[in-house]
Amino acid sequence: MDFLRPAGWEEALAAKAEHPTAVPIAGGTDVMVEINFGHRRPEYLLDLTRIPELHEWETGEDGVRLGASVPYTKIMENLRAELPGLALASHTVASPQIRNRGGVGGNLGTASPAGDAHPALLAAGAEVEAESVRGSRLIPIDAFYTGVKRNALQPDELIRAVHVRKADGPQQFSKVGTRNAMVIAVCAFGLALHPDTRTVRTGIGSAAPTPIRARAAEEFLNAALEEGGSWDSGKAVTPSVAQRFAELCSAACAPIDDVRGTADYRRHAVGVMARRTLTWTWESYRDTSKGAS
Amino acid sequence: MRVNLTVNGRPQQADDVWEGESLLYVLRERLGLPGSKNACEQGECGSCTVLLDGVPVCSCLVAAGQAEGREVVTVEGLADHAGRRAGGTGARTGEGAGLAPIQQAFIDAGAVQCGFCTPGLLVAADEMLERNPDPTDEDIREALSGNLCRCTGYEKIMDAVRLAAARQSEGGRA
Repeated sequence: MDFLRPAGWEEALAAKAEHPTAVPIAGGTDVMVEINFGHRRPEYLLDLTRIPELHEWETGEDGVRLGASVPYTKIMENLRAELPGLALASHTVASPQIRNRGGVGGNLGTASPAGDAHPALLAAGAEVEAESVRGSRLIPIDAFYTGVKRNALQPDELIRAVHVRKADGPQQFSKVGTRNAMVIAVCAFGLALHPDTRTVRTGIGSAAPTPIRARAAEEFLNAALEEGGSWDSGKAVTPSVAQRFAELCSAACAPIDDVRGTADYRRHAVGVMARRTLTWTWESYRDTSKGAS
Repeated sequence: MRVNLTVNGRPQQADDVWEGESLLYVLRERLGLPGSKNACEQGECGSCTVLLDGVPVCSCLVAAGQAEGREVVTVEGLADHAGRRAGGTGARTGEGAGLAPIQQAFIDAGAVQCGFCTPGLLVAADEMLERNPDPTDEDIREALSGNLCRCTGYEKIMDAVRLAAARQSEGGRA
């Protein structure tokens, strides 16, 4: 095994181009587990912790360019207003020790269906900034997850940052596990209201081979809110609309039975989380719109 | 490969380090510092918690090469670390000499059973008290949520951290 220690981003891209099998390591919270247990013996480890810009974020007019290695702790502490869904999801990641090391780049690189950041990124709307010596490209989050622990990155590409749209309305994140800390999600759900475009977006974790959106549920709710003039009136979502939304979210899942839970349970729990997060976000939207008028 | 790092204020060098080796292994097996414990090797238990550039991390998940040039504090250096923070006035005399206030509080509160989780808990709790001198019970539970104690000694551990916080604020007022 070789330990590659680029001092800068260009050097890292050159190393990845020269050694496409090199495994990038930042927080180490996935890679080191695999090495410690002998599940993986990469030929090259590519240490990204010495590249300052990966640990930085920039807040622009419409979004945040979040460096791939910004630890979850920093997201919780600094980006709660801009990225409320992701900040909530970050807070559910493992433990303080892990949140001090792990970041969204690792979650995306591993692309586990259980990664906590994914539902929040899907709901908020995000693009992954991937770069190689050949150039840089933005991959829409919806096109990023290609299979179980597979993503759209080319072998010579590294994740530089993720561009996440700034919240224009309430966002929520919910996760089912056996306790608060150190839990791999049994299933998880993210919901973002986008009053500017009068749309809602969802994200489901751990209930399909990849993180997914519940598109039919989004379309149903968008239509129901539009039809009722709810974005303007701020009137309550009826129980029947919430129920149908929950059912469609459950129906979007393609879960499996595993040690953490059964497929049936996951489908059920996603529906419950969908209904609850809809209530929380919509009530919060009503409160804000009342305050504004 | 060779790894140079500062551990508990002292420059250290480890040779013949395997590239996939963890910082924990380097500390325990190469630098003679077995205070940080090796249990789960997957970041679940917190018994290997150390400060890396002042931040609590699981040393089992830090690749040795990532610690190159960094500063590490282990439980062995905790008393000095806490003493330096208190401006050298935090050192106690008598029975508790050479212990950080959090270590003394663990002893006084009976927060140690088998002791395996203790080093990690001490490092995590000390860092919380540095950041948050007046923690609520919720704050303490959250700060220690990545440290497992299988003797189920959590209540005594809570007592110990509350005791250390109270002593710290008394000391601050005096």
